[in-house]
Amino acid sequence: MTAVQKTRAAAQADGRPSAPPPEAGAPPPGAGPGRRRGAAVTPWLFLAAPLALLVMFTYLPVADMIGYSFTDWDGISPTRSSVGADNYAELVTRPARFEVFLVSGFYLAASVVQIAVALYFATVLSFDTRFRSLFKGLLFFPYLINGVAVGFVFLYFFQPDGTLDTLLRLAGVEGNHLWLGDPDLANTSLAGVSVWRFTGLNMVLFLGAIQSIPPHLYEAAQLDGANRWQQFRHIIAPGIKPVISLSFVLAVSGSLAVFEIPYIMTGGANGTETFVIQTVKLAFQFDKVGLASASAVVLLVLILLITWVQRRLIPEERVELS
Amino acid sequence: MRRKRVGLVAAIMVAATACSGQGSGRQGEIAAPPSDPAKVSGEITVLTNRTDRIADGTLKKYAAEFGKVYPGVKVKFEGLTDYEGETKIRMSTENYGDVLLIPNSLSVAQYPTFFAPLGKAGELSAKFDYTDHATVDGQVYGLADIGVANGFVYNKAVWRKAGVTDWPATPEEFVADLETIKAKTGAIPYYTNYKDGWPLTNWTNAIGSPECDPGAYDALAKTDKPWSKGSDLYAIDKLLYTIVDKKLAEPDPTTTNWEDSKAQIGTGKIASMWLGSWAISQMRAAAQAAGKNPDDIGFMPFPQQKNGKFCSVLRPDYQYAVNVHSDKKTAARAWIDWYITKSGQAAAEGSLSSVKGAPLPDTLKAFSDNDVTMIPQRQENLAEVNAIDKASEIGITAQDYRQKLVDVARGAADGDMDSYFGTLDGKWSEARQTLGG
Repeated sequence: MTAVQKTRAAAQADGRPSAPPPEAGAPPPGAGPGRRRGAAVTPWLFLAAPLALLVMFTYLPVADMIGYSFTDWDGISPTRSSVGADNYAELVTRPARFEVFLVSGFYLAASVVQIAVALYFATVLSFDTRFRSLFKGLLFFPYLINGVAVGFVFLYFFQPDGTLDTLLRLAGVEGNHLWLGDPDLANTSLAGVSVWRFTGLNMVLFLGAIQSIPPHLYEAAQLDGANRWQQFRHIIAPGIKPVISLSFVLAVSGSLAVFEIPYIMTGGANGTETFVIQTVKLAFQFDKVGLASASAVVLLVLILLITWVQRRLIPEERVELS
Repeated sequence: MRRKRVGLVAAIMVAATACSGQGSGRQGEIAAPPSDPAKVSGEITVLTNRTDRIADGTLKKYAAEFGKVYPGVKVKFEGLTDYEGETKIRMSTENYGDVLLIPNSLSVAQYPTFFAPLGKAGELSAKFDYTDHATVDGQVYGLADIGVANGFVYNKAVWRKAGVTDWPATPEEFVADLETIKAKTGAIPYYTNYKDGWPLTNWTNAIGSPECDPGAYDALAKTDKPWSKGSDLYAIDKLLYTIVDKKLAEPDPTTTNWEDSKAQIGTGKIASMWLGSWAISQMRAAAQAAGKNPDDIGFMPFPQQKNGKFCSVLRPDYQYAVNVHSDKKTAARAWIDWYITKSGQAAAEGSLSSVKGAPLPDTLKAFSDNDVTMIPQRQENLAEVNAIDKASEIGITAQDYRQKLVDVARGAADGDMDSYFGTLDGKWSEARQTLGG
């Protein structure tokens, strides 16, 4: 138990008996039953706004989408007829539709790199590094940029004789690469953009978790002669394990649902089509909103399933820092 | 209060002109042209994709002129940058302006749900071209203001430098010319605009040109193998495939940029692009902006001749329609008719007016000088072709399948031309079977 927890426990322990039970004493002036009911409603009033937004913009659309997935709606006509589970049957009987998940493999591999890089920077920046805040800001900055802008910036970056080629030439690496044009490179390039964009977010998550580790642990470790790597291995890594495993859960679901960057940069051409791009095209190019909704539901179920399996494999444990 | 009164007036007016009952906006009510301009009134909203013409005041000027003829009507414009996307979403409500351009992604069968009929096909087709592109059950739902011819926009100076002055008359000649250009000038012989994608869809608009057959597009509904040898799509896509296969297109198609390409063809870094005639004036402007001679930008038809003559199909640009829910249908119709026939905007933009008998604009002078046959592309089976196309998930009017074609040609995807055409044919015939064709 940490010092803080101990104090809190102690305060509770001796605080409780001394406080009079609320029913025992005379009600304080002005605290009638009406007032008490008001007090019960207050938290709900605070919750009302976020709950209303959540229901309106998340749960209702999802419910609608599930509804559409059982129809043959074309996305625009006022009428639609129910087709039962036909859409799902069509999805399952065409395995070619799921081939695009292979592309997700690139993003999954990239997110492992991303987590490793983020972990490295978070650890380094949690120690007393010079210009800590500046580096934190620099690393987090890409996440703040709008995804569309990121796509356009990297389009120029990857052009033949664009920024990347010029930089490589300065470093003495020659060679004419078509970063987006070569089908063997395109997905790697796009996944690289996604690493650049999301490393900062991961880093901030890790940094927050690392900062909750009580500093006296490092002190003790240093006294025992532990070096930085040993501190990381035995204090930081176990201390932020829940955040790391959460990051992996997010990475898996994120790489199944990649959309923005490839959609803007290649439009899914040249073998970079992901499942979500395919779904969007089904809905808006081929007017098969029913089928697309079914795809989206399948993706949702897949992600829930994978997350569940992950949680079973790596059970959540409470980390005791002491 | 004011709004209510305007609504009431409009409702009475609609009732009077269309001889039908209470309220506003019912299906099947014809948006007929007004018989007396002075009696039309109300404020109408016109949705447009031409935000540039709102910004430079051109549309306002037209509205003012329109106001002289129809003093009771006030025209308001609403410019949408992402016209296709935004309009389609708005169309699931009732609020999508009084006059709008029919989004391309809408299938013809859906027109009666969203638009008011403008009149009988027989009457309107005598006055305007392309009415068959928006006809459902004998009623016309949209009128195009301009038509578009398709061809290669090319930089004459570059072609001259390579020693080519005559239009190539066969696809093989065209490819040979591009090879000469590559060898002699260093310009990119052909620019696909693969990344932006939509320029690739222009190739589909060539259907009809190779065989000089106005019914070629309609025939797609009746064939199981649109990409078999001898068909238009085969000729068109084979030409594109050969250009890319022989490395006559830009080195990295995946990072192309449409806006840049205009300046590049203007300055002669690009020799040719397959586009609609609307692009000519834009390319000329780009050439001028880059300090080059705008007259260097030329336009040539698809390199194939029938009976010794070139052929170019004409297709409508966006078609104007009246919102079926509008309560000012007469005023809306008045604007459409005036805009297309009286405003003179087609001539001002160098476009081909859709009014029958209108003279060719000077951008297409080379076509008339060289005796190019202009045939309007018939689209009587458009609804059927659309249905097959969507069911097959090929998307002949979308960019994806042609991007894949370019990928196959440059070796970035598996297969070759014949295997790819075979796959496309397979999908097409399967979709036809599913639909019971």
